[in-house]
Amino acid sequence: MHLSSDDLVYWQYGFFKLNATIVTTWGLMLALTLCAKLITHDLADEVRVSRWQSLLEIVVTNIRQQIEEVGLRQPEKYLGFLGTLFLFIAVSNLCTIFPGYEPPTGSLSTTAALALCVFAAVPLFGIAESGMGAYLKSYLEPTVVMLPFNIISELSRTLALAIRLFGNMMSGTMILGILLTITPFIFPIVMSLLGLLTGMVQAYIFSILATVYIAAATRVRLEAEA
Amino acid sequence: MDSMTLIAMASIITAGLTIAIGGIGPALGEGRAVATALSSLAQQPDAAVTITRTLFVGLAMIESIAIYCFVVAMILIFANPFWNHVIAQTVAK
Repeated sequence: MHLSSDDLVYWQYGFFKLNATIVTTWGLMLALTLCAKLITHDLADEVRVSRWQSLLEIVVTNIRQQIEEVGLRQPEKYLGFLGTLFLFIAVSNLCTIFPGYEPPTGSLSTTAALALCVFAAVPLFGIAESGMGAYLKSYLEPTVVMLPFNIISELSRTLALAIRLFGNMMSGTMILGILLTITPFIFPIVMSLLGLLTGMVQAYIFSILATVYIAAATRVRLEAEA
Repeated sequence: MDSMTLIAMASIITAGLTIAIGGIGPALGEGRAVATALSSLAQQPDAAVTITRTLFVGLAMIESIAIYCFVVAMILIFANPFWNHVIAQTVAK
């Protein structure tokens, strides 16, 4: 049975496989970048702006507000990374409304890559904020005995991020596929509604968790100042 | 009973038990979370936005435990390495 869009290989050359996940991901990236370029190539500053620019402004302002609510002082530094995470996952989950589309986040490769990005970004932001020494000392935070547990918690929450997103999206597409063969009339539509809702919630969860992890890593300096 | 039958039997039974037992805990937890959220909504309707948002975040975290069990069950049924190994051996013979 077809577990994820990794199984659909379009072209193969030795070790390198061009599967549906990669093609869909690049298609999404192209669509997002094209939309952004088209809407923002002439930003207007007056009272009357185009509706597309208003839409983008709403999105960006709300993401920025969310980042600030979690506790990050200067949201502009993190807006690029966290906003991209949210927008990519949200758009890729939202496009399941098109028939014949399989979300790339339903493949463990994509979610593992996104989780690894967060895993790399947390120390990078922490070190950029408080310096290498202070950040590394935060691993010894309550007592030195907690060092292995802190490291394990870092690894396990990265794994949890990847598996949570993968499990939710994969189960949605799989249940829809099974239902279409059993009761192909009204019920699959309700299930696909549920799938869209969980897709949006999971996109929000992923980015909020990434924000919380980064906030925890950059909190070190604030505590040292206080 | 040869090893192929044994592997198939163990995989299927374990997959069923995993998702069955693994769904109990998260369901109970989510029920309690929603009940507490509803009672706090009744006490403070002004904070409805914050309560609802926190509720959804908490529900997603609880749900992820059930998702882990589901992923394990799916792996046992569809991407089982032991089954694939045994099938490869049988095909090679």
